[in-house]
Amino acid sequence: MYGGGYIHQEESTKKQPEAVVEDPAKLAEFQARIDRGEKIEPHDWMPTMYRKQLIRMIEQHAHSEIIGSLPEGTWITRAPNFKRKMALIAKVQDEIGHGHLLYTACETLGKPREQMINDLLSGKSKYSNVFNYPAVTWADVTVIGFLIDAAAIVNQLANSKGSYGPYCRALERICAEEAFHLKQGHDAFVFLATGTQQQRDMLQAAVNRWYKPIIHFFGPSDKESVHSEQLMRWKVKMASNDDMRNQFFDMYVPKVREVGIDFPDPNLKKDPETGKWSFSDPDWDEFYEVIKGNGPCNAERLAVRKWAEETGLWVRQALATPYTKTTVPLA
Amino acid sequence: MQSLKDFLYTIADDNLILGHRNSEWTGLGPVLEEDIAFSSMAQDKVGLAYQLYQLLHTDMGEGHPDKVAFNRTETQFKCCHLVEYPIGEYDFSLVRHFLFDHAAFARFDMLTKSAYPALAQLSVKVRGELKYHVLHADTWMKKLGKGTEESKARMQTALNEAFPLAMGIFEPVDMEQELIQHGYFEGEAVLKERWLASIAPVIEAAGLKLPEIVHDKTSYGGRKGYHTEYLAPLLKEMTEVFSIDPEAEW
Repeated sequence: MYGGGYIHQEESTKKQPEAVVEDPAKLAEFQARIDRGEKIEPHDWMPTMYRKQLIRMIEQHAHSEIIGSLPEGTWITRAPNFKRKMALIAKVQDEIGHGHLLYTACETLGKPREQMINDLLSGKSKYSNVFNYPAVTWADVTVIGFLIDAAAIVNQLANSKGSYGPYCRALERICAEEAFHLKQGHDAFVFLATGTQQQRDMLQAAVNRWYKPIIHFFGPSDKESVHSEQLMRWKVKMASNDDMRNQFFDMYVPKVREVGIDFPDPNLKKDPETGKWSFSDPDWDEFYEVIKGNGPCNAERLAVRKWAEETGLWVRQALATPYTKTTVPLA
Repeated sequence: MQSLKDFLYTIADDNLILGHRNSEWTGLGPVLEEDIAFSSMAQDKVGLAYQLYQLLHTDMGEGHPDKVAFNRTETQFKCCHLVEYPIGEYDFSLVRHFLFDHAAFARFDMLTKSAYPALAQLSVKVRGELKYHVLHADTWMKKLGKGTEESKARMQTALNEAFPLAMGIFEPVDMEQELIQHGYFEGEAVLKERWLASIAPVIEAAGLKLPEIVHDKTSYGGRKGYHTEYLAPLLKEMTEVFSIDPEAEW
């Protein structure tokens, strides 16, 4: 899944240090490489801002995968049959694997995994807002598996064409796996949509709950987003929030409607001339409140993660001794 | 043949319940790599349970795997007590995985020669999977047994707790003699000897001590439907969604 389109940047209240002045010749050569479609690799020269933005972006993406495994993970033990149970374990496992892959990609930029996880736990580093909402019923799991994964694919496919080699390669692998997640999510979604009245009601209620978080997922309108232009020139950000949201509506509104389910918004319409979707104001104040930590599940998600870190501490300490650090081939 | 049915149910139920327990680690492991490892093993175990229920369904007229797994009462389950225990902390889960998977490997290695062809065939594949589970368990037993003072103490404590429970793995089904006579299975007593021979050197290499077996039948009962207090809540959780409408397709 799970990198939201929106990369959060704290507004700093601290006195800003002098901006790094980059060598203009190097900067021009860097831009030229990107324009030629070359990938930037870990040992290559890169502007300080480029490195900083990428770390922020990949780290938030990785955290989103790890925290994102929690709302669905709690349903693994309740999945209603073998097929769903097996698929859900495999799917959530993939998400953890994506987190692992992304932490590794981010480490190539100089920030160790431990430090990233500490920043997650302290609240310094963010993750996608969408995971601060609860998965109330089994139908919520199918909505996450279908629509949130779909939204994430729109974003990740775009970013896989970006300029930083390790991130792009990680994303290519992630997207291939996500394609299967989307299939299993769609399959479970269709089963509920075409099932009993009770199942359809469950599903519609879940879609109603997730509509707003899905709109928020891509981030505020382009008009509100800072720094977008430079990041797009460097191919760190590959598509605008509005464009990605529009692409999502184009692809998935019909798929939701064709099974008799709908989004709870009478103003969700496509302008046939511009091709742009319009929708009711999704309450951006709520979006910023959730980022600040005031969403329905922020505290719970971090508490679970902290539990895992604290109860696993003795294992990590044991791994750091000289005996355990040596690797013996397994087979 | 009732004894063969019972036998397949014991293995399937053990794997379903332990797979379920292992899956609870998804997202909560001490390091990401272990989240992923426990999820993989959970998938193998749940998958194995499914295949055994499928054999019972197609060859012996038992119910569909989904109905069998999600629609039986606690007393109809034949799993051993070891797999029912909550995941606890990583030490207990790891030691349980070590004890159980060594037994499972020895069992399926035996079953590759079973006179029941479908079971023998399945066992070849399963043995291949279990080889990796055992490698994983052995690696971690040694790492943590020889890690810090705390990890060593924790592993020994977990071993002392789990080892008596592991005796329940080898509780034979009624009329086991029938299985032995037909060449379906060599019997739990033989299996247990092989198991002890395979875990002892690893425990020693991990710097741990094999607990003494005072009474090897204290954790019996699972094969006859007598369970710990942990199974009923597990089943309630597992069937929560299914029970909303058992006739619906999910």
